[in-house]
Amino acid sequence: MGLNLKLKVWRQKNNKDEGHFEDYQVKADEDMSFLEMLDVLNEELVHEKKEPVAFEHDCREGICGACSLVINGRPHGPNAATTTCQLHMRHFKDGQTIVIEPFRASTFPVIKDLVVDRSALDRIIQAGGFVSVNTGQAPDGNSIPIEKNRAEHSFESAACIGCGACVAACPNGSAALFTSAKIRHLGLLPQGKVEEGTRVANMVAQMNKEGFGMCSNIGACEAECPKEITLQNIAYMKRAYIKATFSGE
Amino acid sequence: MKWLVTFFETGVGKKLLMGFTGLFLILFLVVHLVGNLQLLKDDGGEAFNTYAHFMTTNPLIKVIAYGNYFFLLLHAFVGISLAIYNRKAKGKRNAVAFKNPRVTWASQNMALLGMLILAFLFMHMGDFWFKMKTGQLNVVDYGNGEVKDLFSAVSASFKELWIVIAYVIGQIVLAYHLWHGFQSAFQSLGVNHIKYTPFIKQFGKWYSILIPLGFAILPLYYYFFK
Ligand code: SF4
Ligand code: FES
Repeated sequence: MGLNLKLKVWRQKNNKDEGHFEDYQVKADEDMSFLEMLDVLNEELVHEKKEPVAFEHDCREGICGACSLVINGRPHGPNAATTTCQLHMRHFKDGQTIVIEPFRASTFPVIKDLVVDRSALDRIIQAGGFVSVNTGQAPDGNSIPIEKNRAEHSFESAACIGCGACVAACPNGSAALFTSAKIRHLGLLPQGKVEEGTRVANMVAQMNKEGFGMCSNIGACEAECPKEITLQNIAYMKRAYIKATFSGE
Repeated sequence: MKWLVTFFETGVGKKLLMGFTGLFLILFLVVHLVGNLQLLKDDGGEAFNTYAHFMTTNPLIKVIAYGNYFFLLLHAFVGISLAIYNRKAKGKRNAVAFKNPRVTWASQNMALLGMLILAFLFMHMGDFWFKMKTGQLNVVDYGNGEVKDLFSAVSASFKELWIVIAYVIGQIVLAYHLWHGFQSAFQSLGVNHIKYTPFIKQFGKWYSILIPLGFAILPLYYYFFK
């Protein structure tokens, strides 16, 4: 049992460093997650008094968006609708070579090895501002009626974990899928509708300011997104932004 | 007016321009093809020359034609600048390139395809449009006054193998550009809905095959059967 794997891992000391691939051998178990396999590698490296491979992770259950990695050319690896932390080693073959690289975009500078700075996405969220709600007593559940389909669609968009795989997958390095998911998530709900115009204008402007590429409807983002966010979100963002520009107060 | 400048600085604004100009050019292609199909009539060029005369002299058509040149240049200019911008925004690429089967080749090569189309257009315009405009053509009279004999120039060109090949290649390139461009134009305008987007996509595929095919048939027909 177990898998003998050859890894080609991107190593880069810091943002100034050129970076290069380093080859490793690792024994993994089919039931391990991809990150656990890297944990094994790092334990060995530490044991050998070598620098462990830096990679990001937090929840390890597919909900926080911290994990990243481009595995054999694909953000979050070969499986559809799966984050790297939820990817299991049984999807790889014994003796296989796995190439592990960081998410690539000029807006995601490499900090170290496989860790990139995705704070540009945070700044887009911040630019969105606030949602007006009454404070005070906790409101009764269902006190604001929301049509079922709306709630469902909003929820689909809310599934975006902000991982940035869409930016990494996009040949243009565009953050349109991420930004539009956030915009549609709030815009479809009555609570979010109130400030939608300014929110959309500010978030789109921030996306531009950060230097993300301009969406040309390639659809690589949609194909790689671990939460299956669709291009319909981007169309929603366009409508909302056009509306905010030409009819906003 | 700052708000308008801001709007066109964003990808949404730029792609809105691309979408509108693209759709205009898509409509133009239909009109152009319908006219060109006059070449299939076996009347020694009368229908085609009469049509060409109408298209170059009718004032309304003239205005639309200038709009057409303008939209074409705008489409090309914004498209190329988008491609340059996006290349920079991506920066360094991954060493392993994965081709997702859900992503079309055309969608990732629109600027290249577009530039090839532009090159084709220069050749095409130099060939016929320039001759039409600069009076290098003979005139014929079908009973309603003199018209330029564009037909003879076209049929002579389509006897040259290299021109026929260039035209056919030009149309294949156009087909690829439209394969992505047709449905992409709607997405750029924010038009995407499960109710009608599948139809737009299907229609776009037929369009991107049939229209270039219609154009390509003409040089082939003249080369082989005339
Ligand atoms: S849209 Fe998908 S790929 Fe992009 S940040 Fe959200 S979850 Fe990640
Ligand atoms: S570690 Fe949280 S989503 Fe993967």
